Amino acid sequence: MKEYYVLTAKDFYDGLKEDKLLGLRCKECGQITCPPLPTCQWCGSIDLEKTELSGNGEILTFTLTDVPPEGFEPHYIVCLVRLDEGPTIMGRLDYDAEKVTVKYERSQELIGKKVKAGHVVLPADKYSMGEKLVPLFKVV
Amino acid sequence: MRDVAIVGTGQTKFGRWDKSNTELFCDAALEAMEEANVDQKDIEAVYAGAVFPGFEEGQTNIGGHLVGSLHLGNIPSTRFEGACCSATVAIRDAYIWVASGYYDIVLAGGTERALSMGTPFATKTFAMANDCKYEGNVGITFPGVFAMAARRYSKIYDIPLDKLREKMAHVSMKNHKHGALNPLAQFYQKMGNLKVEDVVNARMACDPLTLLDCCPFSDGGAATIITSADIARRYTDEPIYILGVGQGSAGHLGAQEDLTKPASRVFSSRSAFKQAGLGPKDIDIMEIHDCFTSAEIIASEAIGFFDWGKGADAVEEGQTDMGGRPVINPDGGLMGKGHPIGATGAAQVHTIVEEMKGKAPKGNQVDPVPEIGMTDTLGGGFNTLAHLILGRSRR
Ligand SMILES: [Zn+2]
Repeated sequence: MKEYYVLTAKDFYDGLKEDKLLGLRCKECGQITCPPLPTCQWCGSIDLEKTELSGNGEILTFTLTDVPPEGFEPHYIVCLVRLDEGPTIMGRLDYDAEKVTVKYERSQELIGKKVKAGHVVLPADKYSMGEKLVPLFKVV
Repeated sequence: MRDVAIVGTGQTKFGRWDKSNTELFCDAALEAMEEANVDQKDIEAVYAGAVFPGFEEGQTNIGGHLVGSLHLGNIPSTRFEGACCSATVAIRDAYIWVASGYYDIVLAGGTERALSMGTPFATKTFAMANDCKYEGNVGITFPGVFAMAARRYSKIYDIPLDKLREKMAHVSMKNHKHGALNPLAQFYQKMGNLKVEDVVNARMACDPLTLLDCCPFSDGGAATIITSADIARRYTDEPIYILGVGQGSAGHLGAQEDLTKPASRVFSSRSAFKQAGLGPKDIDIMEIHDCFTSAEIIASEAIGFFDWGKGADAVEEGQTDMGGRPVINPDGGLMGKGHPIGATGAAQVHTIVEEMKGKAPKGNQVDPVPEIGMTDTLGGGFNTLAHLILGRSRR
């Protein structure tokens, strides 16, 4: 049977481990899909090829998590980043926690800031099937 | 397709229960069956929302145990799982099967004991409704999703975050005011008189959302009896008709265009309006999925009650409170009434039906008795949405 995924979650994580952000270029519409799906997230084509992304993007929004799920240590920042190549992905933000709260008057100014993706390894939990590899963004 | 009606509903009190998911579902189901005077042998199928019975109490395959407990013979019984939207998905399917003529009477509802899991593990399980590989592993929570939505909303519409938080606080104030008057609510007789300062200065849950911007974890059950409009007359003089249904889906948040304009909700609500031949202006009373204050505002826009970016002003001005239109969450919503996720959609229907019969609790009853009502239920990060439009009159 044919395997339709050109890039699997494991491939994506293996790239991330080396600070490479992998995605898919669509041969139909030319746009980029990230994180990987079996279809182009823009046009639905399955004619995709693996590509390495710049890891550059800008912050769309973020939040400081004080009450985390079991298995996570509190006070981390989650963000949505629009990558320069088009797609939006979720990751952690490496930033001063004090400056992302409502108590800091200029916290909203973080939206739109340019960031670059690296990665962070989080410990495994009962459901994660091994350690968790997560994009970690730094303001550039 | 046949016209379809609801002839009975039931809801347990929401809060903390020392009862199993099966017990909570059956308490609500028997109340609905008694109200409808439906005999056990008349029910042909059970559709039950239940999201985490495995995590909560080690129970999977709950369908059969519901039928066994209710002595319904050997009829088919199916668990529906669409996170917090599960019961509405179950009721929509019951509607479709009855409308098609395959079944005449279906028992549809839901159950959950999320409060009993404790906050850290409940937060973990709820977060499982996100994409596990690309969102859940980051540590995102649902308060986190709607905290991010609030910041985005503030940015897009150029409303200073402090101002937006004050507007959002009015969602909590309104819904807790109603919940405090609802004997079935988790916060009955509690927090009925919140002020803006109480909400914005409460303990931070997920910046910028405080605990009072969030609904609680809850245990509870709710159920409905769904039948054809013609058969309904055998059971009640006051059937409440299902005029339109909708359901929508979407993948991970990043692939969605804009988390302040959820396309799956637009799709689902428009489907329901189209089927009913109605629009947002026709809705008298609305049960919205107010899991968070920002969530109610976003939903009120996506369904079409207010222009994009105007929902926050509308709630601040009281347009969705008693006397406004549509009245949103007169029973307290998820915030005041509670949110046992597998049961929530059926509890929303219970409220609309009670309101349409003029039987809602004092302080919750909309005056005049509403003719057209709607429910909006959300599962995950806009991954599953469902809507039901109910009416006192057949089309
Ligand atoms: Zn494409």
